[in-house]
Amino acid sequence: MAIKDLPKDEYLLKGNAACPGCPASQALRVVLKALGQNTTMVVPACCTAVIQGIYPKSAFNVPLMNIAFEAAAACASGIKAGYKAQGNDDTNVLVWAGDGGSYDIGFQALSGAAERGTDMIFICYNNQMYSNTGVQRSGATPYGASTTTTWTGKLEHNKDLSEIMIAHHIPYVASACVSYPEDLYAKVQKAKSIRGFKFIEILAPCPPGWRFPMESMVEQGRLAVESGMWALYEVENDKMTFTGPSKGILEGLRQRKPVVEYMKAQGRFSHLFKPGNEGKMKIIEQHLDVVWDRYRKQSSCLK
Amino acid sequence: MISKVEKRDRSMDKRTTISRPTEGAAGKTGSWRDQKPVLDQKKCKKCLRCWIFCPEGAIVRKEGDAVEIDYEYCKGCGVCMKECPFKAIIMVREGEVYENQEECAKEEP
Repeated sequence: MAIKDLPKDEYLLKGNAACPGCPASQALRVVLKALGQNTTMVVPACCTAVIQGIYPKSAFNVPLMNIAFEAAAACASGIKAGYKAQGNDDTNVLVWAGDGGSYDIGFQALSGAAERGTDMIFICYNNQMYSNTGVQRSGATPYGASTTTTWTGKLEHNKDLSEIMIAHHIPYVASACVSYPEDLYAKVQKAKSIRGFKFIEILAPCPPGWRFPMESMVEQGRLAVESGMWALYEVENDKMTFTGPSKGILEGLRQRKPVVEYMKAQGRFSHLFKPGNEGKMKIIEQHLDVVWDRYRKQSSCLK
Repeated sequence: MISKVEKRDRSMDKRTTISRPTEGAAGKTGSWRDQKPVLDQKKCKKCLRCWIFCPEGAIVRKEGDAVEIDYEYCKGCGVCMKECPFKAIIMVREGEVYENQEECAKEEP
């Protein structure tokens, strides 16, 4: 899949209210290109609820429903049931939630819908914090990252929602990143072709939240993958395959870039470079080794 | 039944909170811009990386995969400049004098 093969259609219209350099709007463009016009979106409280624009205008060229933080997957289940009652079984129902709406607040509805196996795609665009409300810590915030509620750096490691979703034994779980649009497009297309509950997580480097210059948004995503801070993979019917640079890292064909290279451009990690914080840097590096060891074990089990 | 769905009753539109798809839902976002991207068509190899990475969709893909910047909505984030492998896009302040200005000026507003 090359960039040239991606369709020209745009379902996220120009002149929306996203910040300049917003990874969510770039990911939305690619995701909606893959899903096409026959899609209904459910958006809980998150940045995308702002990106939509102000009544009576909407920046989305597909039907979209706003719902409370904790109810996104439940609402989508209802929409799917409604379509089924109308005899329409081919409209894609897409939940587009942030990490707050899937890792933390929206988790029970997400887990419930996955357990019921409702036919929908749940996409979590993960910017590793509550950026819409002013950069508070979330369950996805990595160790050491500074947010407005963890001034001196978070002291806990992030949880891994994709692995929790793998444990739901749903037909398709994938992890993607905005910097690899072809990979993301292919994963959404695959999810579209599968019946049942599909979960995709997209890393979204947020310039104001992570505090880096907006033009390096795509570069930051790429560095996250190349340094091993983020992995690209998909799990289809309990078969795990890594894609892109993560495949090389897993197989040992490619060295992980030093994690310092990923962190140095981001203001949220700047305190780790001050004297006295060398220990924290070490904890992050050791954690990465543990994570990749786990990936290796997992991928050899899920063959 | 089906014909009823096709002919949508719009009399309720003003009384309900349904938003309609519109370009510029947040206004002419080009006014947010601090610096503007300028594309040098001679250096452009039509790889379309700027088109796919533009968060706004303000880079328009035309026939034959040529690209054009929509200055009405471009927010000036500079992702296209950073991601262009051929350095065909530069960021300039409004009113600033730059190289190849005459050639590039055709596309500017």
